[in-house]
Amino acid sequence: MSRQVFAYILHKEGTPDDTALELITAAKKIDPDASVIAVVTGSGDNLNTVCNEMTASYSEVWKVDHADLAYPNAELVRKALVGILPKDAVVLVPHEHFGLDLSPGLSVKLDAPYLPDVVDFEGVEGDTLKVIRQEFSGMVSTHVQADISGGVVITPRPGSFQPDESKSAGGQATDKSGEIGDLASTRRYLEIVEAEVGEVDITKSDVLVSVGRGIEDQDNLEIIEELAEAMGADISCSRPIVDAKWLEKSRQVGTSGQTVKPKVYMALGISGSFQHMGGIKGSPFIVAVNKNPKAPIFQVADVGVVADILEFVPELTEGIAEEK
Amino acid sequence: MEILVCVKRVPDTSENEIEVNSKGTDIDRDDLVYSVNEWDNYAVEEAIQIRDKVGGTVTVITVGDEEAEEVLRREMAMGADKGILLSDEAFEGTDGRGIAAILKAEIEKGNYDLILTGAQADDGAGQVGGMLAAMLDVPYASLVNYLEVIDDKKIKAGREIAGGNQEMNEIELPCVLSIQTGINEPRYVGIRGIRKVASLDIPVRTAGDLGLDASAVAPKVNRVDYFVPEPGEGAEMLEGSTEEIIEKLVEILKAKGGIK
Repeated sequence: MSRQVFAYILHKEGTPDDTALELITAAKKIDPDASVIAVVTGSGDNLNTVCNEMTASYSEVWKVDHADLAYPNAELVRKALVGILPKDAVVLVPHEHFGLDLSPGLSVKLDAPYLPDVVDFEGVEGDTLKVIRQEFSGMVSTHVQADISGGVVITPRPGSFQPDESKSAGGQATDKSGEIGDLASTRRYLEIVEAEVGEVDITKSDVLVSVGRGIEDQDNLEIIEELAEAMGADISCSRPIVDAKWLEKSRQVGTSGQTVKPKVYMALGISGSFQHMGGIKGSPFIVAVNKNPKAPIFQVADVGVVADILEFVPELTEGIAEEK
Repeated sequence: MEILVCVKRVPDTSENEIEVNSKGTDIDRDDLVYSVNEWDNYAVEEAIQIRDKVGGTVTVITVGDEEAEEVLRREMAMGADKGILLSDEAFEGTDGRGIAAILKAEIEKGNYDLILTGAQADDGAGQVGGMLAAMLDVPYASLVNYLEVIDDKKIKAGREIAGGNQEMNEIELPCVLSIQTGINEPRYVGIRGIRKVASLDIPVRTAGDLGLDASAVAPKVNRVDYFVPEPGEGAEMLEGSTEEIIEKLVEILKAKGGIK
């Protein structure tokens, strides 16, 4: 029997997440001959819609329908998965806020090794799976391996695998709802508190001047404001600036902040973590200024300048003013 | 409330350039500056604020060698009441699962209501808290950026999810939470603060003390090597004098519609 790889499908309001098709590619990189099974948990019409859509891409779709799973409380989903998955399951869950909530505990309950935040696979030799991860915010990479004969839980990084758009699986959904057992938990989901709307909606901006840790001090933000004004741009930022409460949360670009689609994106003193880059869509023209020549941002930017933004930005502002 | 915060001593990426050593077996650890994992400071600050509000004790704990004691002392200078160092040669080379098993062995000797970790550390895995909770059979919530004690039996925890939204949960104690940056503003610790706690005793527990044998901490996941991937094409780097760079950059920005 070929190896079974289970892909946990994230979805919201009846629409599968982008990662739903990325996990197919990830599974095939582990084992080209694997049979890949989508696991979809939820409730009611939304769940059925997602399952139907997934049968186009997955030959087998396992549906788990339970009123308590209408919102994906990771504690409950974990119990449901432990109930239905075979002992030697290879399980893929996207490495984002839900995957981080679910997967470490799932690996313990399945008594399987855990390979978090995987960016690529080298394949299986015997029972040993070798993968590529990153450490120190992407400054170095590592090969990591584990014996997967008793199963494994893996969280592939969103955006690291091409979505499989072939949609030629012609699959079928199987209802597994009867096998999940007791879902009781002492963690109860209450509600989603929506982000506050800020004074500027950066998701609509054409040109963004985005500032990161390299600004060093709140008082230095002045030079960013002056540059943004000279360019006619809006100001956005990376996570440390919001953590320090120097700018409001609504200006944060990234997976835990806003998703922006500008034409031009100036990354100033931003190292370029995958969480930050995950918030930039639509392939804008990216200019990066950073004093560290090895900053990951230079791998994804179109144009780069190695410089201290505290010195460079005021001179750039002046240069733009002279042009006008 | 009895609160335990799990912390880690890590190379400080703001003070060091992280490079792979010549054999590719590790990062180059010569002359590295170490500090406490950034996320852990937020967890300790949150614990201290809760204790100051409802009473109780904050204990900080780490798995590491003798040098790891310095991060415990730093967190005690912030205001943690006690420190515990879990240290044994047998713990070297273990994985996240092993670290969780070591912590569990000590935690079961105590009576903790709330266990906090940082959301992630230097390896970006974010795994120990969730594993620990599953081993202890208590609830877990990750990426917590809001925490409110409702009474001595339950808390309300907000999780950071996509788009700046927050997922609210009510969780019964005991539980394990991983704390996200930005939940509070960790207090500053000066040299004087660290001196004040310099003479406090920090007990050390070995594998034997914890009743752990080698198989309990044997890694299931092994790092084979460290490497730096072949750089892609990457950005067109602008070089020359500052004046030349700016002239070129202004030209590019104009062409791309970056200057209105």
